[in-house]
Amino acid sequence: MDPKSKKLLTNPINIDNPITIQVLGICSALAVTVKLEPAVVMSISVLFVLAFANVIISLMRNTIPSRIRIIVQLVIIAFLVILVDQVLKAFLYDVSKQLSVFVGLIITNCIIMGRLEAFALANKPFPAFLDGLGNSAGYGIILIIVAFFRELLGSGTVWEIPVIPDFVYEMGYQNNGLMILPPMALIVVGIIIWVQRAKTPELIEN
Amino acid sequence: MDKNSNLYTFIYASVLVVLVALVLSFTAITLSPMQQRNMEVEKKQNILTSVSIESSVENAEELFSNHIKESFVVDIKGNKKSGDAFSTDLKKEMSKDLKDRSFPVFISEKDNKKNIIIPLLGKGLWGPLWGYISLEKDCNTIFGAVFDHKAETPGLGADINKEWFEKPFTGKKFFDKNGNFISITVHKGGKGAAKMAGDLEHGVDAISGGTITSKGLEDMVKDCMKNYEEFLKKSKTN
Repeated sequence: MDPKSKKLLTNPINIDNPITIQVLGICSALAVTVKLEPAVVMSISVLFVLAFANVIISLMRNTIPSRIRIIVQLVIIAFLVILVDQVLKAFLYDVSKQLSVFVGLIITNCIIMGRLEAFALANKPFPAFLDGLGNSAGYGIILIIVAFFRELLGSGTVWEIPVIPDFVYEMGYQNNGLMILPPMALIVVGIIIWVQRAKTPELIEN
Repeated sequence: MDKNSNLYTFIYASVLVVLVALVLSFTAITLSPMQQRNMEVEKKQNILTSVSIESSVENAEELFSNHIKESFVVDIKGNKKSGDAFSTDLKKEMSKDLKDRSFPVFISEKDNKKNIIIPLLGKGLWGPLWGYISLEKDCNTIFGAVFDHKAETPGLGADINKEWFEKPFTGKKFFDKNGNFISITVHKGGKGAAKMAGDLEHGVDAISGGTITSKGLEDMVKDCMKNYEEFLKKSKTN
């Protein structure tokens, strides 16, 4: 793979991360990170929708009238999301039940609109596809990290499996109920941004 | 054609929307029998789970016809009336006059033990809640309960469909010693809250952080079971 394509994939994971650097998609990062499982399912669904929406918009890019381009993008996103939802309901009913509200949340995810507007409209389908994969991976990684800490500290479990031994509770330890609430997701994201900026020389501002 | 002209924009938007609508409605119609079937199988599985019969998607229909021996609908006075219990839509019944409503009842039989199963429907925080409660033959003690929801908050209210929440319902009673209808109370305050309140007969623990869902569930159980009060009293004496 040539370095340019590779950059499309890896940049969004670190130095151009949609959540921690561009601060997009925060809304769903708050909503679905109470537990690991929904966070992972959400990441996979966003991966699918973003990659395909990017490709479709990129294929259509030369025909879209610029005055209604945002609406066209929304129609494509909503189309894909409904399609995914219908197919899941018919063939993977259990997964679709877990997704329930998250499917709707994907339509409003600013990362998807952001990538369509900033990248797919001006690039060929293949780079757009890579850009979609990279950005959704960057989004997913942050979601999973946040969900891991929120579930561990808030519910004492990891992927629904209790990991904190009983004697710790007997010594007076309690799960932190605040971790379950949305504000703590912001604080965890804030800490991730702090660590990331401190560790990555390119991001240090004077 | 000029891409920025009004005509082009109109045509583009119309064609796009019609195209997308066609594809989506085609998918929805082709997939709808499968979705319908999934929902029916799920309903059967839920009914079976409420009487502790494990089922999978494959064998749910067979088990259902083996174990659910009888199903009928009753009116508010507890008398049987004509109608099919499985296809009765509780939501539609709720909008009718109280005396015209049909309330479905399923009777299961396993190892020569009969249980009455009653479907529930109510409101949570974000959307509907539903469930099934099965009763011992005294028509008072809960034998098993399953709940589910459309869109409750994951990790909080959504946990009503988890076993740790449903299990404590077993053994709780709807009527007090004098035969008055009490229903089940959901107690706030984390694990052991019902015990602390001294309400072991009718109380279960709520979900921390899921207060509105827990309260909605309590209302659902109360409102739905209230409709069966006469039926249960009658079946008890029989």
